[in-house]
Amino acid sequence: MEQNQKKVIVSLKDIFVRFDGEVILNHINLDIHEKEFVTILGPSGCGKTTTLRIIGGFVEPESGDVIFDGSRINGTPPNKRNVNTVFQKYSLFPHLNVFDNVAFGLKLKKLPKTEIKKKVTKMLATVDLKGYEKRPVTKLSGGQQQRVAIARALVCDPDVILLDEPLGALDLKLRKSMQIELKEIQRQTEKTFIYVTHDQEEALTMSDTVVVMNNGVIEQVGTPEDIYNEPVNAFVADFIGEANILNGTMIDDCRIKILGKELECVDKGFGKNTPVDVVIRPEDIIITPPEKGQLTGIVESTTFKGVHYEMSIRCGKCEIIVQSTGSAETGSEVGMCVVPFNIQIMNKLLPFYDNIIETEVSYADESSNMFEFELEGETVTVENHFFAQGTKLKITLPPDALSLAGDGDGDLPDVYIESVVYKGEHNEIILESDERKWLMLSDVDEQVATYVPLNFDFDKAKFEVIQNPEG
Amino acid sequence: MKSKKLSIPYIIWMLIFTMIPLVMIFISAFTNKNGSFSLEPFQKAFEHTGVFTKSLWIAFISTLICLVLAYPLAYMITKMKRSTQRTVIMLMMIPMWMNFLLRIYAWIILLQDNGPVDQVMSFFGIHGHYINNTGAVIVGMVYEYLPFMVLPIYTVMSKIDGGLIEAAQDLGSNGFDVFRRIVFPLSIPGIISGITMVFVPSASTFLVAQYLGGNDDKMIGDVIESYFMTDQNMASALSLVLMVFIFVFLVIMNLFGDEEAIA
Repeated sequence: MEQNQKKVIVSLKDIFVRFDGEVILNHINLDIHEKEFVTILGPSGCGKTTTLRIIGGFVEPESGDVIFDGSRINGTPPNKRNVNTVFQKYSLFPHLNVFDNVAFGLKLKKLPKTEIKKKVTKMLATVDLKGYEKRPVTKLSGGQQQRVAIARALVCDPDVILLDEPLGALDLKLRKSMQIELKEIQRQTEKTFIYVTHDQEEALTMSDTVVVMNNGVIEQVGTPEDIYNEPVNAFVADFIGEANILNGTMIDDCRIKILGKELECVDKGFGKNTPVDVVIRPEDIIITPPEKGQLTGIVESTTFKGVHYEMSIRCGKCEIIVQSTGSAETGSEVGMCVVPFNIQIMNKLLPFYDNIIETEVSYADESSNMFEFELEGETVTVENHFFAQGTKLKITLPPDALSLAGDGDGDLPDVYIESVVYKGEHNEIILESDERKWLMLSDVDEQVATYVPLNFDFDKAKFEVIQNPEG
Repeated sequence: MKSKKLSIPYIIWMLIFTMIPLVMIFISAFTNKNGSFSLEPFQKAFEHTGVFTKSLWIAFISTLICLVLAYPLAYMITKMKRSTQRTVIMLMMIPMWMNFLLRIYAWIILLQDNGPVDQVMSFFGIHGHYINNTGAVIVGMVYEYLPFMVLPIYTVMSKIDGGLIEAAQDLGSNGFDVFRRIVFPLSIPGIISGITMVFVPSASTFLVAQYLGGNDDKMIGDVIESYFMTDQNMASALSLVLMVFIFVFLVIMNLFGDEEAIA
């Protein structure tokens, strides 16, 4: 509620960015409110840094409007924008000392010397670098360089500070203390911070608002609690914190079927017998005696994590992760209960499960029992099946008929890995080719935002003749 | 241990081709024709103070012109596309593959009376002599050593992190501010090595002045050359004096470099 009363300071409207023909930002819309700590979170290659650079003025969108404090600033160069950036690699000026680095922006504003000195000294005290004025920046530790970079941006007194993974180069302990410090600086200075990171924990710790991005689109915007408790889809759930993400069927309002069992939940409006994704956080599962559980399973492993035990429980073919303060013996049978409120139902990322290709046979050879068809400009050869040239076909490829070619060109040489979500049994991988998306099952993890060749196993495919060739 | 063994051939090399010749020059400079110790060569060497001054002056002017020409050029090259950069650098290097004397002769033809330069200038109604004077020597030297100024400056400039330029823009710098506050200070190491690489060979060069200069355009390199056949001790003494000058110059350049505190 409070959020709505705050003024919108930065607004991105229908931003579209393409580099070398590759879409980086696909018509994104985002409002950023004044005095908030906003984190743009996503895996590498999702477009989060580009979003930041658009606000900073280093990237011009192909289309769409960048609105700053009510006026359109497309085309305004970085030096004329009232924003300052803390860069990923700090980009401190190596030929200047700490004082001159921090004073850089103020000198350009032609402020009187005494005022510059006053402001820089005060700012260095804020970031805990009093007495470092004369030090060359190259002689500072990573954490100290980090503070200089923050001071250099803050001292210019901009309305908005952009931070591009500023803690990425620091070790874990330092990162944690810097997170708290940054948040504290933001609170004190009452500036709008727009922070880019791929670290979900960092995002949850510091932010007032989290923006989750993937593959050039914004998946969800919300408070850290919203994003964690009410993820809009399996990608967000998987990216934020640990989660059991399972395939389920929405039988009716408030009735969900997972792992062969019907459970009560609180979600409505998905229709009847709709396939959905279900998220249950590991800490929301209560271990019970087998006969009292809604679900039962065999404990496969128990790991002591300090605050809690983490157990892997096999439930049929599926693996479920449970975090509990009590432990159960490996090999024993346990029951599991979840309160309806903690079962989160989400629409599937893709509207289909099997990959369906409708095509026409472009070449066929009966003696070799094979045929070919065209797919997105590539010729795909199908062995061990024959259909006459010109036959219109519907080919149904289940997700396990797809594989990523380790070597060679693959049937499609260049598909983009959009997301990888572990569903307790297999990874469900969503791929994007030039014209469509594909669903693939895999037991190995793949790096998202990379390009790989895709292969089809037509022995697992179903063929359906739509129309026989004429004549 | 291994690296120490590997360095042995280089140490031998340095000994034979650097240290021993240096010592020989040193001894030769302090002996007279009879082979006994004497300061006579140095006394005679200082009769050539005028040539020394002129050599250093020509070297200084040539270096300055090289710097003025090379700096904007290097800056422009760094702004080009990667592939264009390579081509331009290549084009700068190609003349250097040609024999040194040949290039000097080319300048003689260009600058001689009724040569192309003379003809073009006459066309505009300007008549004059373009060869056998100090100007021609400087033109020849600048032509000769310009690539040695461009390359180090270009190398240093192209290594300046693009992030620094973005950071400067982000803090409010326009194009000129970026140049003045970032690119220029960070390119100073390149300028220093460029100056060194042009000034040192210019000061000790020979032949250029003989071919392109007038009667009074003698450079110290030419004097050393002319004495070498007749009076080795004298030539050695002159070389030593030149070495001292160059050494002092290098020390000054290094001091300047340190002052800028380039990290």
